[in-house]
Amino acid sequence: MSKIIKIISLIILNPIIIFGLYVIVHGHLTPGGGFQGGAIIAGATALILVVFENNIKLSRGLFSLFEFLGLTSFILMAFWGIVKNTFFYNFLTNSNGILGKTIVFGINQGYLNSGGVIPLMNLSVGIEVASGLSLIIILITRNL
Amino acid sequence: MINFIFLTVIFLIIIGLFGTMFKKNLIKLAMSINIISNGVNLFLISLGYRQGGIAPIFTNAPNLKMVSPTPQALILTNIVINLAVTAFLLSLSILIYKKEKKL
Amino acid sequence: MVDNKKYNFRKFKIISLIILFIYLTFVIFLIHPFGEPKATKMDDYFIKNAQRQTGSNNVVSSIVFDYRGLDTLGEASVLFIAVMSISLILGEKKNT
Repeated sequence: MSKIIKIISLIILNPIIIFGLYVIVHGHLTPGGGFQGGAIIAGATALILVVFENNIKLSRGLFSLFEFLGLTSFILMAFWGIVKNTFFYNFLTNSNGILGKTIVFGINQGYLNSGGVIPLMNLSVGIEVASGLSLIIILITRNL
Repeated sequence: MINFIFLTVIFLIIIGLFGTMFKKNLIKLAMSINIISNGVNLFLISLGYRQGGIAPIFTNAPNLKMVSPTPQALILTNIVINLAVTAFLLSLSILIYKKEKKL
Repeated sequence: MVDNKKYNFRKFKIISLIILFIYLTFVIFLIHPFGEPKATKMDDYFIKNAQRQTGSNNVVSSIVFDYRGLDTLGEASVLFIAVMSISLILGEKKNT
């Protein structure tokens, strides 16, 4: 591609990744969550692959490592609930500590410090989906 | 009164089944499976709609009349599984094209 | 090789599609009208108690990750297995 497209896409790359992280982190307050934010971040990888056609070699090992870490942390967080009560027990909510603000039924303005284990699971699933979709896009475009 | 949403669902599923039965091209086969899945998603999400309801999110909500949240959660699962199946089908068709030189 | 012409059930396929279409159009009159769901006991429970029990404003997120977390675990595993099989199919071979 030409030079203008390369520079503009490099400028617009940072807002895409930051918007994806915003959607992941605010998954328990606004529409969105881990899957949607991960798909947005994978769009940044597709942008890089479209603009720099054959001049760039994205390494597959880093994405594989991140995907493994995301799935493993999700499963570990699910099994840590067994120690407290049951499988997938939300052990951080209503504890008035970190991520444990007590919320009563009704309309409020949204507190980021709430939700228990849900934001952590959103983050791990977001990392897993983003790296998995990036891996799929890299592998398919390399073999075309 | 005729329920137009379910009529759309029926047309989507019939078109998808027609494509899987009569088309031999592998890309068209993957597209037909996607169309069937979209029809099923539309059916599930229209079952949970409540007249005049809003999305089930409490942050700065205008009122408390909300649609059913369970079909939306199940559709979120279904979309990701559909994406995985589509990527697997496309990679298999790339492999077949490399071997046979035709789709 | 099986002769493909002999086992081509074209008429059978078309007739079965037409029968399925007629059957599904009769189902329209049996289903509840659009916008007025009948069995909403579980959904009302979720909407009423999700904020107090899980602390999350987004009810869909609390269902996905808390009430039905096992579904999400299976779905993440499906995505992981799909990525693993695609990298097995399309990954380049090491020349050892």
